[in-house]
Amino acid sequence: MTTASAQAGWRFKQPSVIPGFGLTLGFSLAYLTLIILIPLSGLIWRSAALGWPEFWAIATDRRTVNALQISFGTAFVAAAVNVVFGTLVAWVLVRYRFPGRRIVDAMVDLPFALPTAVAGIALTTLYAPNGWIGHLLAPLGIKVAYTPLGILIALIFIGLPFVVRTVQPIMEEIDKEVEEAAATLGASRFQIITRVLFPGLAPAIITGFSLAFARGVGEYGSVIFIAGNLPYKSEIAPLLIVIRLEEYNYPAATAIAAIMLALSFLMLLIVNLVQTWSRKRYG
Amino acid sequence: MEVRVANVRKEFERFPALHDVSLDIKSGELIALLGPSGSGKTTLLRLIAGLERPTRGNIFFGDEDASRKSIQERNVGFVFQHYALFRHMTVADNIGFGLKVRHGPARPPAQEIRRRASELLDLVQLSGLEKRYPAQLSGGQRQRVALARAMAIEPKVLLLDEPFGALDAQVRRELRRWLREIHDATGHTTVFVTHDQEEALELADRVVVMSQGRIEQVGTADDIYDTPNSPFVYGFIGESSSLPVKVENGEIWLADRPIGLQAPHAPSGHAKLYFRPHDVELLDGCSGCIAGTVAASRRVAGTRRVELEIGGGRQRVEVELPVDHPAAQKSRVAFRPGRWKLFAAA
Repeated sequence: MTTASAQAGWRFKQPSVIPGFGLTLGFSLAYLTLIILIPLSGLIWRSAALGWPEFWAIATDRRTVNALQISFGTAFVAAAVNVVFGTLVAWVLVRYRFPGRRIVDAMVDLPFALPTAVAGIALTTLYAPNGWIGHLLAPLGIKVAYTPLGILIALIFIGLPFVVRTVQPIMEEIDKEVEEAAATLGASRFQIITRVLFPGLAPAIITGFSLAFARGVGEYGSVIFIAGNLPYKSEIAPLLIVIRLEEYNYPAATAIAAIMLALSFLMLLIVNLVQTWSRKRYG
Repeated sequence: MEVRVANVRKEFERFPALHDVSLDIKSGELIALLGPSGSGKTTLLRLIAGLERPTRGNIFFGDEDASRKSIQERNVGFVFQHYALFRHMTVADNIGFGLKVRHGPARPPAQEIRRRASELLDLVQLSGLEKRYPAQLSGGQRQRVALARAMAIEPKVLLLDEPFGALDAQVRRELRRWLREIHDATGHTTVFVTHDQEEALELADRVVVMSQGRIEQVGTADDIYDTPNSPFVYGFIGESSSLPVKVENGEIWLADRPIGLQAPHAPSGHAKLYFRPHDVELLDGCSGCIAGTVAASRRVAGTRRVELEIGGGRQRVEVELPVDHPAAQKSRVAFRPGRWKLFAAA
């Protein structure tokens, strides 16, 4: 069998004796085509109808560039913040047993389940200059609502469970003996965390980051309430698309969407390459 | 380094795992802690390592009281049953880890660490595998890397927790011989935990037999096998048979008959007689012997093991006969134990 596959070069992996390979593969491909491939190719098709010079004009328009910068910039920072605190939350949930742990554990999923508009309105109420938190920050000169900072907070809220839920299971699998081995070899607690535990968690953390980031880039519902939506300042790319749609300017909307698609694809590609590299190294 | 365990007690949430255990380990000795699961052998090993703290009592390394020191300060090499290698590090980095985490002048330069790692790899016969990751090694190879890693820090004591437990029988025998060679070459004081009596008796200078959180007996393989000092050790190490007997005026009686064994110092009254099935003298007639009817007979490797019913079938004992011995064909076998021991009736 090995020689046959070597000769053929590229071929299907020999399926197991359990039947259903053809059916399941066919179904998966048809499903993915229907759900993902057709809408995305439609998007590219529509924006291609625009013609290159016009597309370029929309892409380099200052309002578009600013919106994309705000969307990707805030999503990146929010994902980075979530990596730090999400990992911390996962650590506490995995390592310690305390009363109410299960409630905290369930609470992590709330941003998944809550309608994003509700989250957005709640955050706006809290962070508005006269809100519970906003009125404490206002004297310090910190404005959260209706600024990019507000977008950041909404995205942190939305993205947290992605990091926690990807890191948590890997953390649970960490063998206690590995830590004990490091301790007997003389490693301090800090060295154990940074040199032994963290490298093992890195692939999961990168995955959590990319999920939180992807979600942040596309987030709409929670952000538009708190962002204030000032063009050039706190207008996110998804909102700009909606604005263009409302103006019946479909080519411009699809053009921005296509740019977002390309950028997101690029980011995910990079993350995946990092993943493959680390998986190859750590087995 | 000498290790002295002095009156150590360990409780886990009020449940005692070790009761008042004391043990002296000589410098350079290879000691086996042997016992069934739950006997406290792993707990004792972890206490020596500092992975657990004793509820009471002390552990001395030489004259130093180690029991109040942290794991990091104790400088022990610990090898786990499931290797516990660092998956994201190469073999060389795993071995060098203990040296790399040192601070200041205690940390050798990188080149020295690398040299030391490859030296240890030579010792554990894995030269050339420096760049591999643990996932690319077999179980036996991983355990050797784990041992090399533990030895890299030049530990005062080397502690191994069921080091061969996860390996298959063939590799296990090989590594056993190899561990003995390494021990003889390096001279580390070594303590290992096992539930495999063959491994303990073959490998160790002295064996510590443990049961239910207590040390039952400490001794060489010969001591333990030939003169067990408790019914537990008799039953746990090797094969044994036992019979309830009565002692009267220094003579041992089975039911209403003397069996021809003298126990001049034993107190009169009920007792239990222990002997090894292979260590019996077969007799023709029966005046002063144990006789029984054959209930079952099994061929076990080079011998035949015969189960006898004694005293109207209430007691069963096993004896071993040579395969071609005529007694195996008879329905009644008479014998007298060669080496035996009396214990007070439970």
